[in-house]
Amino acid sequence: MHYEPVIGLEVHAQLLTNSKIFCGCSAEFGAAPNSHTCPVCLGMPGVLPVLNKTVVEFAMKMALATHCRINFISNFARKNYFYPDLPKGYQISQYALPLAEHGYVDIETEAGKKRIGLTRIHMEEDAGKLIHDEHLPSSYVDLNRTGVPLIEIVGEPDIRSAEEAAAYLRRLHETLVYLEICDGNMEEGSFRCDANVSLRPVGQETFGTRTELKNMNSFRNVQRALEYEIKRQEYILESGGEIVQETRLWDDTQGLTLPMRSKEEAHDYRYFPDPDLVAIHVDDAWIKDVESTLPELPLEKRERFIREYEIPAYDAGVLTASKPLAEYYEAVVKVCGKPKPAANWVMGDLLRFLNEDRGDIRTCPVSAEGLGDMIRLIEEGTISGKMAKDLIQEMYKTGKPPKTIIEEKGLVQITDEGALAQVIDGIIAANPHQLEQYRSGKDKLFGYFVGQVMKATQGKANPQLINELLKKKLDQS
Amino acid sequence: MELNQLTIHALRDKLRTGETTAVAAAESVFGRIDVVEGKVHAYISLMRDEALKTAADADRRIQKGDQGDLCGIPVALKDILCTQGFKTTCGSHILHNFIPPYDATVVVALKQAGAVFVGKANMDEFAMGSSTETSWFGVTRNPWGLDRIPGGSSGGSAAAVAADECIASLGTDTGGSIRQPASLCGVVGMKPTYGRVSRFGLIAFASSLDQIGPFTKDVEDCAIMMNAICAYDPKDSTSVKADVPDYKSFLHKDIAGWTVGIPKEYFQAGIDPEVLAAVKKAISVIEAAGARCVEVTLPHTDYCVAVYYIVATAEASSNLARYDGVKYGYRAENARDLLEMYKKTRSEGFGAEVKRRIMLGTYALSSGYYDAYYKKASQVRGRVKEDFDNAFRQCDVILTPTSPTPAFKLGEKTDDPLQMYLSDIYTISANLAGIPGISVPCGFSTQGLPIGVQFLAGHFAEGKLLQIAHAYEQCAAIEKRRPAL
Amino acid sequence: MKISKEEVEYVAHLARLEFSAEEVEKFTLQLDKILSYIDKLNQADTTGMEPMTHAIPTANAFREDVVTRSLSNEAAVANGPEIRGGSFRVPKVIE
Repeated sequence: MHYEPVIGLEVHAQLLTNSKIFCGCSAEFGAAPNSHTCPVCLGMPGVLPVLNKTVVEFAMKMALATHCRINFISNFARKNYFYPDLPKGYQISQYALPLAEHGYVDIETEAGKKRIGLTRIHMEEDAGKLIHDEHLPSSYVDLNRTGVPLIEIVGEPDIRSAEEAAAYLRRLHETLVYLEICDGNMEEGSFRCDANVSLRPVGQETFGTRTELKNMNSFRNVQRALEYEIKRQEYILESGGEIVQETRLWDDTQGLTLPMRSKEEAHDYRYFPDPDLVAIHVDDAWIKDVESTLPELPLEKRERFIREYEIPAYDAGVLTASKPLAEYYEAVVKVCGKPKPAANWVMGDLLRFLNEDRGDIRTCPVSAEGLGDMIRLIEEGTISGKMAKDLIQEMYKTGKPPKTIIEEKGLVQITDEGALAQVIDGIIAANPHQLEQYRSGKDKLFGYFVGQVMKATQGKANPQLINELLKKKLDQS
Repeated sequence: MELNQLTIHALRDKLRTGETTAVAAAESVFGRIDVVEGKVHAYISLMRDEALKTAADADRRIQKGDQGDLCGIPVALKDILCTQGFKTTCGSHILHNFIPPYDATVVVALKQAGAVFVGKANMDEFAMGSSTETSWFGVTRNPWGLDRIPGGSSGGSAAAVAADECIASLGTDTGGSIRQPASLCGVVGMKPTYGRVSRFGLIAFASSLDQIGPFTKDVEDCAIMMNAICAYDPKDSTSVKADVPDYKSFLHKDIAGWTVGIPKEYFQAGIDPEVLAAVKKAISVIEAAGARCVEVTLPHTDYCVAVYYIVATAEASSNLARYDGVKYGYRAENARDLLEMYKKTRSEGFGAEVKRRIMLGTYALSSGYYDAYYKKASQVRGRVKEDFDNAFRQCDVILTPTSPTPAFKLGEKTDDPLQMYLSDIYTISANLAGIPGISVPCGFSTQGLPIGVQFLAGHFAEGKLLQIAHAYEQCAAIEKRRPAL
Repeated sequence: MKISKEEVEYVAHLARLEFSAEEVEKFTLQLDKILSYIDKLNQADTTGMEPMTHAIPTANAFREDVVTRSLSNEAAVANGPEIRGGSFRVPKVIE
């Protein structure tokens, strides 16, 4: 029996607003426990929520970027359950009338392009944090995170493999980050993913029993967890067993999914419209307004780079991995007018320096103009490619523009044929043995002579010229 | 006459002329409390020290020329309103030691007006009740008959005004909890339009029904209190941005030519004959004042109690989930695990009526029952509102009895919750529709117990209510009695 | 019977309440009576009626995304029954 996996992903993204969704406390991460709280987010008696308008606009941005239909009327609902990190005993979320529905994202895997549907995007508040004491039978509640705004993005069960799931997550992630509405940090919890996984015989329309996977805190772990779970379910079904509908946690150290320890009772959330909040009305004018603020999205940008700059898809992918990087690259191209060399320099040396340093393109010591200038100088022949390798390193270290460093170090390429010819003559004269060997057929020694010329000219000679002149002189007899 | 027996406007006049001081007024009120509070038990806590300090401040303000109507006036607050730095219990064991770090918006408003807070008034636990018999802090007794209930849930606020233990007070009304006790205690009580007064700092019972309102000795005082507490509040999303008129401008006006609707469904079986007689007398006073009474129909009246006890309890079951012993209030001791802590805390912390309503509300929202109960009740609620919309096309205001009976005896209905619920039958509809209502004294029973008449009007028509209530009060000239305490 | 003892116990658990056997009996009877009364709602015609969730239908009550002052940690936990290290202590939660 051949089974196909059916996967639906639920992503929670923390929004980068200044204040929380229903009160004015700071939404910033990392403060001392219970220091970013107020009577409202503490759920004290008598308090009331008031909606942060920017949360709605950020949610609208994501909805538009994923081709969702934004509902003209939506409202908030209470999701009722008891847990220490939920001070009101209910979470304010959206249920029957979410902000947006029926969108999609396009992904690309080895198998090709595919469209994954989005069921809905809705707004809700985050809960607090529980820290468990290692020795004492105690847990500690920190409510700083309570009320931080989230959007929940529910995907259709269109995903059929762990690979597709990873591609889908990456697409959502880069979209959120490009829109500047989420910092996408899975380790810190600002981007979270839960998965619903089931298998069904290929060709069957009805879904199999599904399990819910939680606790996957990186893209790699999502993929590993899904791969494991698919295999686990396959094994059970093939041995004639039944899948138990349950929630399972990914155990990173053991590399498997385990059922949650507490007997997970089916929650009866008793959703009903929150009477403390009023409806949200979104009209065409507001949608147009928000739409006008959308940046060019990664997919569009990638395709434009391929078209406009005639660079391969791989390069376009790397260069658009982040919006600041893409902007940097385009600034470089503007200065030097050479997209392919610009791509090579940015993707190669520059990114390598930044990675080693854990640096950020936005604070890169090499300015886009500087790099653009450098590339122009190479094209003009003022410096050689080899010299540029040293130059860019110096530019990164000192932050100085290329022309300054060139002057300071006298890094001008030797292009004077006469001077170079003299140097070559000198080298040939000093190496009679190698000359003889070369002339008797040892072609490899050409490289030796090149090396000697390079050394004698401190690498400043134009390599093409060296090759030309050296060949001429060596072949002379 | 003692200072504590005065109305707001009479006391204010004396303060303005310098005939007396706010400190003297506060001392007079506390003097009265010392005499009668032992019998009435209108208060959970008294704010004696704070009051004298505020009164002294008020005197300074008056000397500097403050002409505010409430400057220096002793006012009681139902213990459901959060007062910063001062214990706010909601009549419950589960909040017996809660000290809010913030003031309710109405409390801020009254502070700014220079009012002097006397204390936190007793109430049914979490505002769930019609008799103030469920407070963890003990019952409040009706000053007109100490073996009788003062009404509820704002029984303490009503009794305090009736017994001159304050000049005026604030209560809350979710299903009649201002109007009914006002009627049973012989004072004026008003529930504003939903959204007229901020709910920020009002400990929630049923969010879509709760409203804060005043208890006063006469209608003029009611207008004064309304001026102070009605305002748009950005901290309350359900607060409405409508302009607030000067409610005093509706006083001393006649009602000639007005049409007053008498809903036939409110005058059927179950109403005490003396109440019926008193209300009928009120109708003739209104007619003598130039209004025309017509019969109107509110066809869905019979469903109101049922709708209320689904919607209100459903919202309450959710609003009271925060009382879990984690962040504030009572926490059960020696709980072995989290589940036990929750269950013991809530079971030991809440009284029986609160638990009953939480159960009912949880059930109504639970999977499989949501459509049949909560959704259905919310739809019928729409019909109730439609009934009023239709009725107000035919009349300016509606007149009804406030309560089907005068104050019943303590303990009389505590064994039969349903019977207790049915005593709210005339007041509940206004909360469901969100319309304002006022109860005004209209007479006494042969046993000397107060009877009230209720006026209802359309959304934001508080002015109309005050106008007719004032005109009625002036024309009816109900005998000014004092409870024999 | 509109509601059974088992349902009462289930609802009690949902609401994190516990009752003695005697209380469960009493509650079951009382709730049953109330629910029977409430049954009359079925006679009301509500065809085409949207559920009424707000007395006054308003929309778009927003605030600007501005940070306002939070409570100090001391004030935030001042009412806490059990505090440790600025956090609320609860019996250990097993996940």
